[in-house]
Amino acid sequence: MAILIDERTKVLVQGITGREGGFHAQQMIAYGTKVVAGVTPGKGGTLFGGNVPVFDTVEEAVNATGANASVIFVPAPFAKDAALESIEADLPLTVVITEHIPTYDAWRFISHAGRKGKRVIGPNCPGLISPERSKVGIMPGSVFERGVVGVVSRSGTLTYEIAYQLTKAGLGQSTVIGIGGDPIIGTGFVDALELFNKDRVTRAVVLIGEIGGNDEEMAADYISKEVRKPVVAYIAGRTAPPGKRMGHAGAIVSGSEGTVAAKAESFKAAGVQVAVTPDEVPRLVASSLKKISA
Amino acid sequence: MKLFEHEVKEIFRANGIAVPPGRVVSDPAGAVVAYEWLHVPSVVIKSQVLVGGRGKAGGIRFAASAGEAAEVTRNLMGFNVKGEIVKSVLVEPRLDISKELYLGITWDRSARAPVIIASASGGINIEDVAHESPEAIKKIHIDPDLGFEPFVGRELAAKVGIPREHSQKFAEITGHMYALFVRYDAELVESNPLALTGDGKLIAADARLNILDDALFRQKEFGAKASDRLSELPLLERKAKQLGVQYVELDGSVGIIGNGAGLTMATLDLVKYYGGEPANFLDAGGGSSEESFLRALGVLAENPKVKLIFVNILAGITRCDDVARAIVKAKTELGLNKPLVIRLAGTNESEGRKILSENGMSAYSAMEEAAKEAVRVARAGEAST
Repeated sequence: MAILIDERTKVLVQGITGREGGFHAQQMIAYGTKVVAGVTPGKGGTLFGGNVPVFDTVEEAVNATGANASVIFVPAPFAKDAALESIEADLPLTVVITEHIPTYDAWRFISHAGRKGKRVIGPNCPGLISPERSKVGIMPGSVFERGVVGVVSRSGTLTYEIAYQLTKAGLGQSTVIGIGGDPIIGTGFVDALELFNKDRVTRAVVLIGEIGGNDEEMAADYISKEVRKPVVAYIAGRTAPPGKRMGHAGAIVSGSEGTVAAKAESFKAAGVQVAVTPDEVPRLVASSLKKISA
Repeated sequence: MKLFEHEVKEIFRANGIAVPPGRVVSDPAGAVVAYEWLHVPSVVIKSQVLVGGRGKAGGIRFAASAGEAAEVTRNLMGFNVKGEIVKSVLVEPRLDISKELYLGITWDRSARAPVIIASASGGINIEDVAHESPEAIKKIHIDPDLGFEPFVGRELAAKVGIPREHSQKFAEITGHMYALFVRYDAELVESNPLALTGDGKLIAADARLNILDDALFRQKEFGAKASDRLSELPLLERKAKQLGVQYVELDGSVGIIGNGAGLTMATLDLVKYYGGEPANFLDAGGGSSEESFLRALGVLAENPKVKLIFVNILAGITRCDDVARAIVKAKTELGLNKPLVIRLAGTNESEGRKILSENGMSAYSAMEEAAKEAVRVARAGEAST
């Protein structure tokens, strides 16, 4: 099966009556996602799009519909509240699409999810898709195709680009996850790699990283220890302008320069093939899949 | 949003962290008044800029008389510190420092928590220390249930090896700094150096506090100042920020517009890979509309360094026909006459291509092919001039 979501996933949309939430709820339904409920405080009792019931609270929505995943589109100032409500309603998966959430707020709900053993994806992420089964988030369904390649990425549109190139090369995807680029996120590269490693459908993994931080280095370390499936990495930002420096603390915390070169070195040392251009990704994936089946 | 040193020091002072007395001045006469008010033989005059590394760039100087203070201030005003022009200076007593410590708080991505970082080897070379002797840097993460309790500060003092007679004070300062980190929605609070003076005091000789831009909606005190700070940016970057697009100027000649930061970054990488030099980074946004693309094109149309514009769009939420219409409008309404290399793929691709061809243009479907062509056109342009 795919990871985290499939055709049985029952999705509730927090913020379904807002502009973004409404638009993407429709897109998800059109893709085939089982959107079973919406939640907007004060709008309970109404219907979205003619047939999706809207509730005032997540708890009511879960009790009435059996929803087992929530996707959050509520504006940043209210996102922490919405995410905590989902976690407290014991939903196993909460996907936070909202961008510009203050880091302190993200820390509050992500650490709470950790204590309760619930998974959060995001914030500030495009969500995830198990092609031709379900999508929870804002990814454009048309560029994906069902298959055996798992994709995990810090980026949004670059993920679509690489998925599009994989699809054109006949390499479909099991699940594609955008983990988000904020300082504090619920599901990181290592968590996603762990899931793909266990998944029976996934036969190869594509990891799309970016300059900065040391998430890629940690992923490389995990891959060298645990992952037996081929992994192909692409890292954006070789020519990125010297970013805004954040005092000395940023460099001290990660203990890494965060450059593409440093990340590529870590990956190569872990046996990960590193693509220099996006169109190299499908070529490397195809050749590594051939090797396994040979 | 970064705050100026003097603003951070005011916040520190009001919240129990000792800082040197000081005056912000912007002309030599002001420096003389400050010198006399401080009533010390020797002063330090510090450029008030937001860029880091100003000491090594010559932005921090000393003076031992009122006349010298005036002279130094005259020289520093308008001085260029790593691209930022000095508009004011902070005059403080020159401290008698027996030891420079480092104390900072920021977010640790990998631990998913705030981290307090301290070292007994502070000062301008702290990053070299972190690199060469990481054991000299101590870190403590904040537990989300506990928050900060005084014992955390005492533990840190013990780890760092703060002399026993100062460890209580050090722990208090750590607590005050953590309170500010939370109250101001900071991405960074830092004192480097936190100075141990000859007379046994712990004083924040330098102070930094960066407020997270995403939290400015509730940091009302600074939300208003944030728009003034835009004046510190280059003209076109400021304009782009006001238009809501992400724009950074670079040195090359290939203008680049992408949708989404990751794809735009990858586009720059590709242009460079094929031998071109990007003139900019311009992310028109993941879900951009016709209007936002038109504005983005307008920003590049105005930049004289841009010899051609490479538009790389993989449309998901964005629609190719909107992008095509924006390109046509940029030519007809904005008078955009630079060569264009366009890549369009994704949502409404055929509609977009139709609009382009009706207007005598065409688009690539693979970004690699388009990037090669952009570099070829840019080189041909350079050869002919």
